[in-house]
Amino acid sequence: MVRMLPNILRNLFSKPATVKHPFVKREPFPGHRGTITFDMKKCDLCQDCERLCPPVAIKVDPEARTITYDPFKCIYCYLCVTNCLQRAIRGRPAYTPPAYQKEIVYYKPEE
Amino acid sequence: MSKGAATRKYTVFPFGPQHPVLPEPIQLRFTVDEEKIVDVGVNVGYIHRGVERACELNDYQRNVYLCERVCGICNVMHALCYCMALEKLVDVEVPERAQYLRVIWAELNRLESHLLWLGLLADAMGFESLFMQFWRDREIVMDLQERTGGNRVIPSTCVVGGVRRDILKPLAERFREGMIELRRRVDKLAPVILKDPAFKRRTVGKGFLSYDDALMLGAVGPTGRGSGLVKDIRLEGYQAYKHLKFEPVVEKDGDVYARTLVRFYEVYQAIDLILEALKSMPEGEIRVKPEKWPEGEAVARVEQPRGELFYYVKGNGTNRLERVKIRTPTLANIPPLLAMLPGYEVADIPVIVLSIDPCIACTERITHVKKGGGN
Repeated sequence: MVRMLPNILRNLFSKPATVKHPFVKREPFPGHRGTITFDMKKCDLCQDCERLCPPVAIKVDPEARTITYDPFKCIYCYLCVTNCLQRAIRGRPAYTPPAYQKEIVYYKPEE
Repeated sequence: MSKGAATRKYTVFPFGPQHPVLPEPIQLRFTVDEEKIVDVGVNVGYIHRGVERACELNDYQRNVYLCERVCGICNVMHALCYCMALEKLVDVEVPERAQYLRVIWAELNRLESHLLWLGLLADAMGFESLFMQFWRDREIVMDLQERTGGNRVIPSTCVVGGVRRDILKPLAERFREGMIELRRRVDKLAPVILKDPAFKRRTVGKGFLSYDDALMLGAVGPTGRGSGLVKDIRLEGYQAYKHLKFEPVVEKDGDVYARTLVRFYEVYQAIDLILEALKSMPEGEIRVKPEKWPEGEAVARVEQPRGELFYYVKGNGTNRLERVKIRTPTLANIPPLLAMLPGYEVADIPVIVLSIDPCIACTERITHVKKGGGN
């Protein structure tokens, strides 16, 4: 009991090891592979990203000039970001927020 | 219960496929005489995912990301083993710096896995506070993985011909600090593993596996090393292990406590290996692009946290592979597990089953379907 007492007191008055998640935001580290966005002004619809994507989360339609991107299928490997010749795909170090349903993102030429 | 069992003296009860102790679907059918286990039967095949078939449909460079997802905890090892097999087929010599970086991430995986397992073992015997403390310290490893690889769990750094990311000087310094901090924290928890009487009572003498049995039944990794079997694939010197000095951790007792000690000392070993690799890492290239498509057959072996991981790859000169065969260590460790269990009490089941560190989802490669349906 005597040996345990300092430990008990320390645990009572020390801060918790966990982060209060919804109230305190955990910042991702630099270089974290996060949300992916497409810049339709730079994109030349070469379909390289579609061919590279391991889980087939990107679909490019060169005739309708649209890109369909499924963030819930995406594994965030960043193959598309590093291999895009036009640098039209941008990655941002941010965690993907939770969502109520799986939404697919459509990119159209005027965006 | 089958009809025959009801007439006998023994009781048969199932453990799993859904059981609070083990979140993974393996069914062990225990035949018990009151509280004592007499016989064990096993049934696997609940979550066959068809990874090997999927590997034949993708092109070989994209397979790395698929193979990584065979196991969430030892993802770098799977990618590394696949890449090693493929590098033999496409005749690529991996740059030295990339080899060191691969070893660093692989050992980081080992740390992650062993700390997770030590927590789970504590949880299985009802030692909640130890479980929480091990998992708190594991966060250092996870943070380093995110900082260096870019993702918290699956860093996706290995590719055929090298690695995708480099650990530069300032980051390496952070890495070193993190490892020293981790060693300090694990040192604090060491007395619980080494001295605590409650912990020892649940583990010492339980689930005994003799040296001969371990050898005969083909135990791999810490399960074999806990029984005195000196079997560590890292001794073969793949990647940068040939330049690093280390001794495999071997315990002779063959019980759950011996296996716990092997994993616990391997935590220290992994920290030392990472520190040594960071210090002796040479400068230079980190990636070589393969020039040709894979042709022929190759085999690669890697020491995973759970034991020996085996990949067989067959290419036919196109960008798709003809056959990929994966054998994970848990498959090799199931027969030793069945030999460990008889003779012990029902209350010891969780601890003994966890002592081989089962990862069932990685193991499922075959599904047995009986003609006419039914079990």
